[in-house]
Amino acid sequence: MSRTAKILGTVFILFWLLTALAPGLIAPGDPLAVDPAQAFHAPSLAHPMGTDESGRDVFTRVIHGAGDSLYIGLAATALGMGIALVLGTAAALAPRWLDGAILRVLEALYAVPSLLLALLIIAFTGPGVGPAIVAVGLSTAPGYARLVRSQIRSVKNSEMLEAATVLGRGTWLKVQNHLVPNALRPLLALVTLGIGQAVIWAAALSFLGLGTPPPAPEWGAMLSAGRTYLHLAWWLSFFPGLAIVVVAAGATLIGRSLGGKVNAA
Amino acid sequence: MLAWLGRKVGGALVVLWLVATAIFIGVRLIPGDPAEAIMGGPGSQASAEALAAARSEYGLDLPLITQYLMFLAKLIRLDFGTSYALKDPVLQVIAEVLPPTITLALISLAAAWLLSLIFAMLAMRATRAGQCVGNAVEIIAAAVPHFWLGAVLIMLFSSMLGWFPAVDNGTGAGLVLPVLTLALPLAGFLTQLMRDSLSTALGSQFALAARTRGESRLTVFWRHGLRHAALPALGLTGWAFSSLLSGAVVVEAIFARPGLGRSLLSAVLSRDIPMVTGIALFSALVYIVVMALTEAIERLIDPAGAES
Repeated sequence: MSRTAKILGTVFILFWLLTALAPGLIAPGDPLAVDPAQAFHAPSLAHPMGTDESGRDVFTRVIHGAGDSLYIGLAATALGMGIALVLGTAAALAPRWLDGAILRVLEALYAVPSLLLALLIIAFTGPGVGPAIVAVGLSTAPGYARLVRSQIRSVKNSEMLEAATVLGRGTWLKVQNHLVPNALRPLLALVTLGIGQAVIWAAALSFLGLGTPPPAPEWGAMLSAGRTYLHLAWWLSFFPGLAIVVVAAGATLIGRSLGGKVNAA
Repeated sequence: MLAWLGRKVGGALVVLWLVATAIFIGVRLIPGDPAEAIMGGPGSQASAEALAAARSEYGLDLPLITQYLMFLAKLIRLDFGTSYALKDPVLQVIAEVLPPTITLALISLAAAWLLSLIFAMLAMRATRAGQCVGNAVEIIAAAVPHFWLGAVLIMLFSSMLGWFPAVDNGTGAGLVLPVLTLALPLAGFLTQLMRDSLSTALGSQFALAARTRGESRLTVFWRHGLRHAALPALGLTGWAFSSLLSGAVVVEAIFARPGLGRSLLSAVLSRDIPMVTGIALFSALVYIVVMALTEAIERLIDPAGAES
């Protein structure tokens, strides 16, 4: 990874962390403060992203929405990766029949398109933030699990592990010295890419009215609410969506540069 | 070929059975009374007799294992049950809403292929600066959510320029924006893939050999480069189709189009379990069929690759 990419990536992550943890520092206003007299103002110096149908400042809402949107994305990725690590490791190390059974289950999960799987789960659980996390997490798990399995298998069958066994190294040492750096570190790049996708999926659920309920300033929900006024006030939908694109594209870039670094090492 | 076909069908049946079983378990884990959901949810205040009638009609009073076997037996006969909300057989509803969604998905797939081919060709000839722009466009295209892209396209081409309608009016023009919404992000993914394999193919020995035989750059590109560039992208068609079905849910909501996605969304909102189950199983079936078809095409294009 080049020096500039490293700096840009770090600045990017720090910015969104700050936004998510202390939105008041960047946008001191109240994201829920209603002021009907100020409704539908186009972007200006006072309201850089305009105001919405209730006179709420869109910029303040986008900044305050980062916490919710990123939290759902991170939690969903953690859940998906957690399930994937358990299933993938089990499949890679288990006897053939169990490996085959797990693969079949993954294939079944994979056969239902991601958003449809998420909607299926929400049909069972009902809408909400918790269900959205579970839905996005579960629908991303099969893809991760396949990768975890193939990564661990390739290390397990490698000559270096054979050498370690011949040299009488213990299981823990083998896991620490060979399995983690070679099989799991490449997954870091994947997780970074995955967070961007999870933020998109979670916002999609809110957009469809199945995730974070209004008036919370979640990006997908804001975009959905702004859709009614698309012809009248484009800024209501444009800026929350732009925030999603920036996060997803940033995550993709960081994930790629991490991937490059891992491959080069 | 016949053995391969047998293996495919067997594998597909196992996958469908697993999906069906997972759905059956999921439905039984729902808190609350399924009979109440049939009568329109907890707010409907259905009488005790009406609930009992619904229970016996849908077999909810039988032992679990009997219900499970009945569920599977019905699925084998392609009987997905009756929609709670619409009171029509699920299969009939799916048959009604399927054509618009499949049309949308196929046109979008073709458009994405065409766009990524054009992008990949342009990228071959591009300067360094041009490649940087191309890279950025690809990453952004892959990071753009459908629901935002759709909204932006409506703002630009419908509200501001007035070129295309935001709602389908029956003419082809109404399809342009939904197709673009679905095709652009997919084209971003496909272009990345094609560009890599295209530059490998055109830099290879056989491309050089063809050039020394006097074939023009364009001929080499069409006869050799494209074939190698298309293969990895073709392998992704199953995945692409599945992501198009996901996207269709969002796109049909934005552009107010009838279709599978819209029916699924309203079924999820009203917790119409047979409808949701039917659509999920049906999409799994579509995915499996598309995967098998692309694998067959891959075997035709590259018999050697299929052996390994």
